[in-house]
Amino acid sequence: MVAYIVRRLLLAVLTVWAISVLSFAIIHLPPGDYVTSYIASMSASGSAVSEGEAIAMREQLGLDQPITIQYAKWMGLMLQGNFGMAMEWGRPVSDVIGDRMSLTVVISVAAIIFTWAVALPIGIYSAVYRYSILDYAFTFIGFIGLAIPGFMLALIVMYIGFAYFGANVGGLFSPDYAEAPWSWARVWDLTLHLPIPAIVLGISGTAQLIRIMRSNLLDELRKPYVMTARARGLPEYRVILKYPVRVALNPFVSTIGYLLPYVVSGSIIVSLVLSLPTVGPLLLKALIAQDMFLAGTIVLLLGVLTVVGTFISDLLLMWVDPRIRLGQQ
Amino acid sequence: MKRPPKLAATPRSPAVTIDEGVVLAAGGQAEQRIAVATQWQLMWWRFRKHRLALGGTFVLVLFYLVSLFADFFAYTDPNESDAQRSLIAPQQIHWRDDGSFRPYVHALTGARDPLTFKRVYVPDPGKKVYLSFFASGEPYQFLGFIPMDRHLIGVQEGRAGDSLFLLGTDLQGRDMWSRLMYATQTSMTIGLVSVALSLVLGVVLGGVSGFFGGMIDTVIQRIIEILRSIPTIPLWMGLAAALPAEWSVVQVYFAITIIISLIGWTELARVVRGRFISLKEEDFVMAAELVGCSKSRIIFRHMVPSFISHIIAATTLAIPAIIISETSLSFLGLGLRPPAISWGVLLQDAQNIQALVISPWLLVPTIPVVVAVLAFNFMGDGIRDAADPYL
Amino acid sequence: MSGDAKTLLSVRNLRTCFYQDEGTTKAVDGASFDVHEGKTLGIVGESGCGKSVTAQSILRIVEAPGRIVDGEILLTRPDGGVTDLVQQKPDGREMRAIRGGDIGLIFQEPMTSFSPVHTVGEQIIEAVLLHSKVSRKEARLRGIEVLKSVGIPKPERRIDEYSFELSGGLRQRAMIAAALSCNPRLLIADEPTTALDVTTQAQILDLLRTIQRERGMAIMLITHNLGVVAEMADDVVVMYLGRVVEQGDVDAIFHDPKHPYTKALLQSIPSIDSKPRIRLPTIQGSIPHPFNRPPGCPFHPRCTAFIAGRCDKEEPQLVPVGDGRQVSCFLYAPAAAGTAP
Repeated sequence: MVAYIVRRLLLAVLTVWAISVLSFAIIHLPPGDYVTSYIASMSASGSAVSEGEAIAMREQLGLDQPITIQYAKWMGLMLQGNFGMAMEWGRPVSDVIGDRMSLTVVISVAAIIFTWAVALPIGIYSAVYRYSILDYAFTFIGFIGLAIPGFMLALIVMYIGFAYFGANVGGLFSPDYAEAPWSWARVWDLTLHLPIPAIVLGISGTAQLIRIMRSNLLDELRKPYVMTARARGLPEYRVILKYPVRVALNPFVSTIGYLLPYVVSGSIIVSLVLSLPTVGPLLLKALIAQDMFLAGTIVLLLGVLTVVGTFISDLLLMWVDPRIRLGQQ
Repeated sequence: MKRPPKLAATPRSPAVTIDEGVVLAAGGQAEQRIAVATQWQLMWWRFRKHRLALGGTFVLVLFYLVSLFADFFAYTDPNESDAQRSLIAPQQIHWRDDGSFRPYVHALTGARDPLTFKRVYVPDPGKKVYLSFFASGEPYQFLGFIPMDRHLIGVQEGRAGDSLFLLGTDLQGRDMWSRLMYATQTSMTIGLVSVALSLVLGVVLGGVSGFFGGMIDTVIQRIIEILRSIPTIPLWMGLAAALPAEWSVVQVYFAITIIISLIGWTELARVVRGRFISLKEEDFVMAAELVGCSKSRIIFRHMVPSFISHIIAATTLAIPAIIISETSLSFLGLGLRPPAISWGVLLQDAQNIQALVISPWLLVPTIPVVVAVLAFNFMGDGIRDAADPYL
Repeated sequence: MSGDAKTLLSVRNLRTCFYQDEGTTKAVDGASFDVHEGKTLGIVGESGCGKSVTAQSILRIVEAPGRIVDGEILLTRPDGGVTDLVQQKPDGREMRAIRGGDIGLIFQEPMTSFSPVHTVGEQIIEAVLLHSKVSRKEARLRGIEVLKSVGIPKPERRIDEYSFELSGGLRQRAMIAAALSCNPRLLIADEPTTALDVTTQAQILDLLRTIQRERGMAIMLITHNLGVVAEMADDVVVMYLGRVVEQGDVDAIFHDPKHPYTKALLQSIPSIDSKPRIRLPTIQGSIPHPFNRPPGCPFHPRCTAFIAGRCDKEEPQLVPVGDGRQVSCFLYAPAAAGTAP
């Protein structure tokens, strides 16, 4: 059990490190740096930046040093929780990201809860009543859900909201609460706005999980222990719920590890369409402006977020599966 | 639970009646005679029983025909813009005129909007523009080298001023139908090119990982695990944002395919590795080793044929994810950039919710995306089931 | 046949078919036999002859697309009444009380016969709670007791372990304990020793015999291993392609097999008297594909005593041949008293 935790933890740390290198490298891939694009945008608006000013800016931002030093410096700051300055905004990165990061977490978790709540019962039903009309219907809906990328669904939802209900279904807050400080009323407002983005974000994951649950359960239903349970005289519904469903739940739990990156990933683009105040729109802006501290921090934090989530799902799996808990793989 | 025992194939016995994969022996002969069908024949029999898979294959053939002959299916230059013709609604084709087959659309006449003084186009029911199939229009190079000017459909005797907008126009007044044809070409081929790259990476790394095992396997597996636990869209966005703005359409096209396949190979590698590992334990591989087959013979003559169908299935199932990735990136403005045309690029216009509400046809490009993704999924599922009916 | 013991279970003309897209498989095709109180009935046959499906039919746990299409399964209840199991609803209250209560089942795969995420005890206690009105605490005590009775050391600790923590032999003992926990009058053992090594096999068979002696329980032993049958059974039923081809007393069958199939089966076992470096006789050909069942006697394509024009045209019926034995073969049927084609 300890070995399992240690192994998972090591992998998590390794992943975070890989993500940090990748996110740092990505920001440095484009030719030029923040100052170049700053100069470009300034000259576009008519004001020129002199050579001297540019050098001074680079020095001030530490952009003149070798890339490894820049990385080391950046990582050092990260570890202290100092995410640097968002250059374009002229404010600390943590200030700019703050709420948006937690809202990203809230939306992702809401989407995963939705996914589970819907996929679990449907998956069980489809496996137990295989080839029934409803099974075919769910399979069909699942296929459609799988085929519509989140952002398209978001577009369609937005369109329907506007065209038929005259309402903006985007956003996470009513205008009254958008800029208000946190309060219970604001939390309630958020809760009311949460379902649409959560469903839009969760739908394709739900379709996948239904298929996973269905095929897992079908595998388990064929196992001899189901027949022995039946031979003990257990009523059919208890045979199914107590044994195969319980066993099929284990791989289901471990799918969080792969669902989470997927959902976080999707939240970026869905947020843009539904204009959700998550880090998605911010990341896009930062990338276009080549604001390295901001973009790098966002990619890194998103990565860390998924790694932490995956680690939690590993622990959860250990808790539900005695074979892992007792060191049997 | 109860599964008919597998037939023992006796290769030398003559083939008898074969019907839908069920093998019938002639009469009540004492000796059991068994038909011999190749693995591919068996797969094909099982595949064609899969209705959805057949439907999916048909749709994909259609899509690739459109990609190949986009110039023919389009009837006008996809980049010809006219601000005055912005957001014209799709024109409805009337198939019959005076009781005979003579397709036409109502002509568009320019008018001033009494409120905004903007020039708008409205259909004029009094004027008919007749259409014909295989009409001559914009000249192009058929298949890239045969000069031609025929298009699937077009305005009869192409008079100036008469124009056709089957799916309406976009914000810049470009014809959506023609743009959609070219977008299909881009998006469908990007899926193929990218999956080919992923396949190479996946087969090589997965194969190495599965065949050699040990340290190499551990390292590759950790890399895959790490790559899979990173949210892909931010990563893609980061990589795509790094592409220089001055690159040409072709350069960007290939850069995007590379970026997508760099992250997309992991699933294929997983499948290949899994197959290699399970096949290594199979008796027939052991038998081949015992009779002294060389390593390469074992791999290419014994192992590869028995999992190639799985790889084909996995590859088919990987394409939809790639298409969605390209569409998402282009939609964000980080993938293909105008003047390139892809489904994602077309959907950029739909980001403007005000424009979308008054002109819902901007959402039309979602239909081919969903249909193509579904078709690939159905076909892939069909191949997978046909390759291994007991999985 | 041991006519002195009372009949506990009587299977009459049982037919169980599997309806699949590819065709219908007649897994059990008119099987008839009796199980007597306190005796062991051995059912032998090659794999795919319908042994296991017969057991599942008796317990009414045949899975879709399988279905019992014909026949009777008559179980004598403790009160002396007779219940036809075929008429019961598979998931009805009555049938559930019989399953696990009157009839216990042990399976060929001890590895996968326990749920991997529930303790062994949980699965035994559950059975006790289902069939008797006791508290959980008492059920647990009963579980420990029954684990002890099948020779599991430290039962009070083992009861809280998972099946993967037990060795193969212990797992099969635990399996038997689970089946015995409600004192069934019939124990169906489906290949109980196939997955075990030889020493453990002998121990498990010993255990089954001891339990039978102590509890006076009937055992229906399903196996393809003739040695196990010879050692354990009082009566033997030989099955081929879903049919009973021969049945009778164990000694009679082993010393004087009547049906060509039984003869061939017995010749194919190595014995101490076998000459070294001489090939054992094997049965010609292989079992036909179930969709491609030969007409007439299903064994005729492999039979050495094949009568052309008869065996491949008419279906032989089970006929008595004295000593309570029955054989289904034209060699023992008077020519005229054959059967409808």
